[in-house]
Amino acid sequence: MKKTSMLDLLVLVIRRDLVLAMRRRADVLTTLIFFVMVVSLFPLGVGPEMAMLRKMAAGVLWVAALLSSMLSLGRLFSADYLDGTLEQMMLAPQSLSMLVLGKIAAHWMVSGLPLVLMAPVLGLQFDMSVQSLGVLIIGLLLGTPILSMIGAIGAALTLGLRGGGVLLSLLVLPLCIPVLIFGTGAVEAVSSGLGIASHLSLLGALLVLALVFTPWVTAQALRISME
Amino acid sequence: MAINWFKYSAPTTFYGLAGKLIPWFAVSAAILFAVGLYIGFYVAPVDAQQGEFYRIIFIHVPASILSMFLYLVMAAYAALGLIFKTRLSSMMATAIAPTGALFAFISLWTGALWGKPMWGAWWMWDARLTSELILLFLYLGFIALHASIDDPRRADRAAALLAIVGSVNVPIIYFSVKWWNTLHQGSTIKFTGTSMHIAMQQAMFTMLAACWLYAIAVVLARVRSIILERERNTTWIAELPEVRS
Amino acid sequence: MLEISNLACSRGDHRLFSGLSFTLDFGQILQVQGANGSGKTSLLRTLCGFITPDEGDIIWRGESIRKLDEEYYVEMMYLGHLNAIKDELSALENLRISAGLSGVELEEKEAMAALRRMGLRGRELLPTKVLSQGQRRRVALARLLVSDAKLWVLDEPLTALDVGAVALIQELIAEHLKQQGMVIFTTHQPLEVAGIEMRSLSLS
Repeated sequence: MKKTSMLDLLVLVIRRDLVLAMRRRADVLTTLIFFVMVVSLFPLGVGPEMAMLRKMAAGVLWVAALLSSMLSLGRLFSADYLDGTLEQMMLAPQSLSMLVLGKIAAHWMVSGLPLVLMAPVLGLQFDMSVQSLGVLIIGLLLGTPILSMIGAIGAALTLGLRGGGVLLSLLVLPLCIPVLIFGTGAVEAVSSGLGIASHLSLLGALLVLALVFTPWVTAQALRISME
Repeated sequence: MAINWFKYSAPTTFYGLAGKLIPWFAVSAAILFAVGLYIGFYVAPVDAQQGEFYRIIFIHVPASILSMFLYLVMAAYAALGLIFKTRLSSMMATAIAPTGALFAFISLWTGALWGKPMWGAWWMWDARLTSELILLFLYLGFIALHASIDDPRRADRAAALLAIVGSVNVPIIYFSVKWWNTLHQGSTIKFTGTSMHIAMQQAMFTMLAACWLYAIAVVLARVRSIILERERNTTWIAELPEVRS
Repeated sequence: MLEISNLACSRGDHRLFSGLSFTLDFGQILQVQGANGSGKTSLLRTLCGFITPDEGDIIWRGESIRKLDEEYYVEMMYLGHLNAIKDELSALENLRISAGLSGVELEEKEAMAALRRMGLRGRELLPTKVLSQGQRRRVALARLLVSDAKLWVLDEPLTALDVGAVALIQELIAEHLKQQGMVIFTTHQPLEVAGIEMRSLSLS
């Protein structure tokens, strides 16, 4: 038996969660289906006029991605909490922040990345231009991890509570607004011929901030919830 | 309250102190409200562009300022409670939240009341009002989280963490909303042209002070009832005259 | 060695115990007794660091566990009411992952050997959701065989186990104590360890 390093631990946690997600494929697919459904509701609600839909496209896709992420975040810690594996993770001699980062990464790969890949397909339904789609994808690629990370704090705070997913959304959605604004702003900018650099770099900055702070804050939130 | 600070950080002594202070704050708040409203609604002149309707800012602006200030105070108390594990700090944070939320709501409502005669619409998505709305959501999130957790210790600590995360995010959110607003060439609500008439300034400051004193009085009263509830199993509570009767 | 001094704990509003002090040396075993709701599980969870005590300190090898953090957790192992195994994973996968999480890379051979000793021969590769309650408890307890932790904190380890498994666990505990390990446990069933004096702590 030999000791594992920090990186090994991260890989272990990510692989574990990916294997678990693979064996419960239904959870993964429901998030994606929800995303598609929400996006499809908008034309049904506001009418099929293409000019209007084209203007709304970025906003609709981002809001739907936000809501789908919120829905899936309830699952981040709850299964481990219920069967006792979460408390064992908290007793691990390694950094809890690292374990949390691993779980968030796996969660994003399973719930966030599919949205990023699906979004351009749906964007075509809204007659978005190729450049807009490109910026949309980059924005979502930067933004969905941030949503997962902020949401992880909410998931940790609401562990085991009755309010469940709705309470989590109430707590987390206000904090996600900057991501929404910069993500959609970038798409708007490219469609009006303006520069996207500022929007995307702001998103990038938020991503870095989130990476640095959220694992530790989430670990603290877990300790508070597990007492 | 500078002397012997720690003595008053125990719920037992604070309960008594708060009880004595509330009438002072309440009465001064009432007086200042009366004075402020008088100056604002009678003495201050009619505004050149906006007519009589502008007077609502004497409620709107103090409410906005206080809603933001109270959030920071709430987060500060919550942080103290989380780091130093002082029960009273957490109770103060819980006591402040509803008042802060109320001021945020009043700010939004008065903003709408002002907007209707000004632009014909009940709501304007300008940066400040939108940020105020998000602030209200942050308050409601704090209250909801605290209310959803049965164990008082976990409730205090979880809500405290949320408040701290929220307060760190407030500048980011405000910045992004301003950004969003300028991108979409939204309107910015301006109160008056260049400078404010002296009476308007007086009214503004008086109302601000009145709201501040009111907030203190209400928070102290609320924290007393929280103390009563939390400490209900201890002997000193049972010996209070109001409980014994 | 483990030293508890003046420990006080509450659950919500009400005080479970206070002024609790005891020491446990290597090679010793301590049973925590008390009626339901007297705080046995809370005491064990406080030893794990999940719960912060109202008063008092937990000292491991001369230093508070709050300060030691990782150094303490490397040397202790907790088994609570929950099995801490994933239904969708096999016993083998579960064991190797939980070893990995406590910082030890477990070879497949060693893991299989441990599972076989726990009486799970032929079932090591099945998803644990098809195993019985008792078998799942055995998977959870297999960690005792592969961990090199000195302090075992066991909350009702014998739940759902049959007579054979109970005997096996008693044997494992005896071996652990002989190797200068320590055990603190609660139980509703009788647990005897051959040749070792059982200390007892009663929470009233």
